[in-house]
Parts: sequence; C-alpha cells; structure tokens
Amino acid sequence: MRRPLAATTRGGGRGQASDWRLARGAVLIYLRGVYTECIFARVSVPLTLLGLLERQPSHGYDLKRDYDSYFGRGKQLPFGQVYSTLGRLARDGKVVGGDAEPGEGPDRKRYSITDAGRSDVDAWLADPVEPEPHLQTTLFAKVTLALMLGKPAAAYLDRQRAAHIRRMQELTELRRNGALIDVLLADHALFHLEADLRWIDVTSARLTELAAVINRGER
Amino acid sequence: MNSPVVTRAFLVEARDVAKSFGQTAALRGASVAVSPGEILAIMGPSGSGKSTLLHCLAGIFTPDRGEIWFDGRRLDTLGEDERTRLRRTAFGFVFQFGQLVPELTAADNVALPLLLNRTRRRPAYKTAETWLERLGIGDKGANRTGELSGGEAQRVAVARALALAPQVIFADEPTGSLDSLTGEKVMDLLTALAREAGTTVVLVTHDARVAAYADRVVMVRDGLVSVDLGAVGEQVSSAKAAR
Repeated sequence: MRRPLAATTRGGGRGQASDWRLARGAVLIYLRGVYTECIFARVSVPLTLLGLLERQPSHGYDLKRDYDSYFGRGKQLPFGQVYSTLGRLARDGKVVGGDAEPGEGPDRKRYSITDAGRSDVDAWLADPVEPEPHLQTTLFAKVTLALMLGKPAAAYLDRQRAAHIRRMQELTELRRNGALIDVLLADHALFHLEADLRWIDVTSARLTELAAVINRGER
Repeated sequence: MNSPVVTRAFLVEARDVAKSFGQTAALRGASVAVSPGEILAIMGPSGSGKSTLLHCLAGIFTPDRGEIWFDGRRLDTLGEDERTRLRRTAFGFVFQFGQLVPELTAADNVALPLLLNRTRRRPAYKTAETWLERLGIGDKGANRTGELSGGEAQRVAVARALALAPQVIFADEPTGSLDSLTGEKVMDLLTALAREAGTTVVLVTHDARVAAYADRVVMVRDGLVSVDLGAVGEQVSSAKAAR
C-alpha cells in the first residue's frame, strides 16, 4: 500500500533549499519504506537467508544484520522471524544448526547450509522473476471510464504526467547524493515511472481512436 | 501587447511566439518564462516545436510573431550584431552532438569562445583547464575532440558552455547521443555546476529522465506550451498577468 509523500514544492530557481531538504527527507522515507516494501515484499525471506548462509555459516544475529543492511532498507527483519525461519529450514533439511555454544539467549547456534539448501538457492536465482503485465491498472481504468463518460481524459493524463514527473524529479535529486543502494532503488523506481510515462504519451496520442472504439462498444 | 511591461523577474521569456518554416507552423503562440537560476526542461514529441522554441529563446531564430525577452530587453528586435554579441557573451550552448571542432584539442575547444571574446590566451587556456578538470576530464585537454568518446566530448561541450560564465545555457537534447549512464553523468555535471554558478539552463529533451533533472518541466504540443508539469505552474500565468 502506498502512502503519499509529504507535499513538496520545487522550481523557481534558487531559494528552495529548505523545500528540497523536506522533499529529500520525504523521498528517503518513501524510498526506504514504502517503495522498498513494495519491491521487496515478494522477496523470499527463507531463500534470501539461505543465500546469505551459502557465503558462510552464521549465527541468527549475523544473518539478521546482513539481511537488514542489504534488503531491509528501513524495514528490519524481526528476530523472531529469523529464528522461526531457520527452524523451518532446519526441519526441511536445508540448513543444519551446530551445537549450542555457551551463553544466554537463542543466538547460540551457528547455522550452515546443506546441499539441498544450496540446490534451492541455485534454482531460485536461475528462475526469472514473473514479468507482470499490469494490464488492469487504475490509470487504464480511469482513462477508459473517462472516455465512456465523456469526461476530459486528456486532462487527467496530463495531471498524471505531471505527478509522474514530480516524483521523478524527487528521485533524481535523491540519486544525486544517495548511497549506491539508494541510487539503484531510485533507478528502479525511475525506470518504472518512465515506462508509465511512455504509456501515458502513447495513450494521449491515441485518445480519439480509443474513444471511438469504446463508444462503438468494442472490446 | 503594444507596450509590454518589462518583467525583470524572468531572465528569459517567450510571449505568444509563432514561427513557421514554409507552410509548416512550428510554433503557434508559445509562451514560457524562465526565472534567473532556474533549470527548465522543455519536453514534447518529435515535431512539437520544442527545439524551435529553444532556438527562438536563444535568438538563433527570429519569430514571425510574438516577443522574446532576455534580461529585460527585447531580443527579437535587436540587430544581428547585437544578438551575436549576446550569444557569444551571455549564452552558452550544448547540442546533441557537441558541435566541437574535431581537429582542435579539448582545451582549444573550450578556450575558443573565450578567445573570440578577446580574453587573452593564457587566462583563456587557464579557464579551459579549470573547467575540464571540474568536469572530470582534466587529463584530456591535449586530446583532439575527434579522439574522445561521446561522453567525454559532451563534457567538453558542457565545459565550453560554462567557461564563458554565461547567464543562460541552452541545451538541445544534450544527452541524445549518449547511453543512459553516460547521459546521467553529463546531466549530473551540467545541472550541479550550473546550480553552483547560478546559471539558468533551458534544455530541450524528449527523455523524461533527463527532464527530471530540471526544476520545472513544460510540455510543448502542436506549437504551444500546453502543460506546465512543474509545481510552479503559476509562473507562466503570472508572466501573462504581468503584460
């Protein structure tokens, strides 16, 4: 679920530094929170932990720390989830826990990946992510309905274009001084926004044609 | 519009500009205003008139109708000599293919406009060297530009534009011939250095990722500035109100 960014203003030359700081903060929250939540939401925690274990045997604490720094981006993996996941992986023969080391707390075992676990990681990495066609986007529905109802679809698309450009400006500003991982996340967002914009441009150019199709009741 | 008010709030402004080439109308009443220090991107599909608008704003084309203002002066009614002087002293240009002199070195290319403006040889080359270094190609000064990669050549073009300390840089598809990563580097440098120097930039692009470097984005469609995509859309309307 997306949360809206804080309202920001820009442009008009200099004198917008404080606005930009606000915008940058808001975008950072967006990028580290909402956006990464969206794009990492479907990252498999078990397979990612297995992948981290393939590098070297680790304690749960080390796994959590590595997961948070590479993949968390502001949304940390709860300790409970780390240990419950490791428990299930051990049950399924994907990892083995070493002997408990002396000390307090649950973090006393060093886990190692098994051949079965390695095989799962290999298969997961080699399997392409499902390309999502996004055929039923809200925007598509809005344009179609606007044309059906004789409302100003072109103006709606222009507003959407403006919203996309503003978000791209914010992300571009963030890229300027961001850490490499933030830059890569911003790039991911930018390329998707760019793809949307291309669709908006093409649809804007075909609105008359599309209106004719819709008004004839064709599908 | 017989007695237009001089609006110094804007450094560059087009008012109701029309321009045709033969029977083809490239601009049909385009208006846009750019504040000092602002980076404005002009977007639009091929043939929309965006490059023609840029060329009118830069005094390269004279509009058939309408007015072009620069720094409180009518640009379109100036004589050719005065417009040429402005282009050489107050404007910097970055084009898609750099338009460098391939037989000259990178340092020669950057120093050339300074020499044409009668800067003495030593300070001209010193300035060229400084700008080449700021653009990360200080070691390429002695290379002929024909030997440089596309990204390096475009950085020379940016250095040449900035070396003049212009009030405004006009850039027409400045990354159009570059791959994504190289284009981003050029845009990073162009916008960062322009902001640092307080230089206004007007850039034309069809690429939304390039436009996103700007403070404000306008769309040109069918020869008109149809949509102001920035958050400061009131600037265009206030420019009209100021007339």
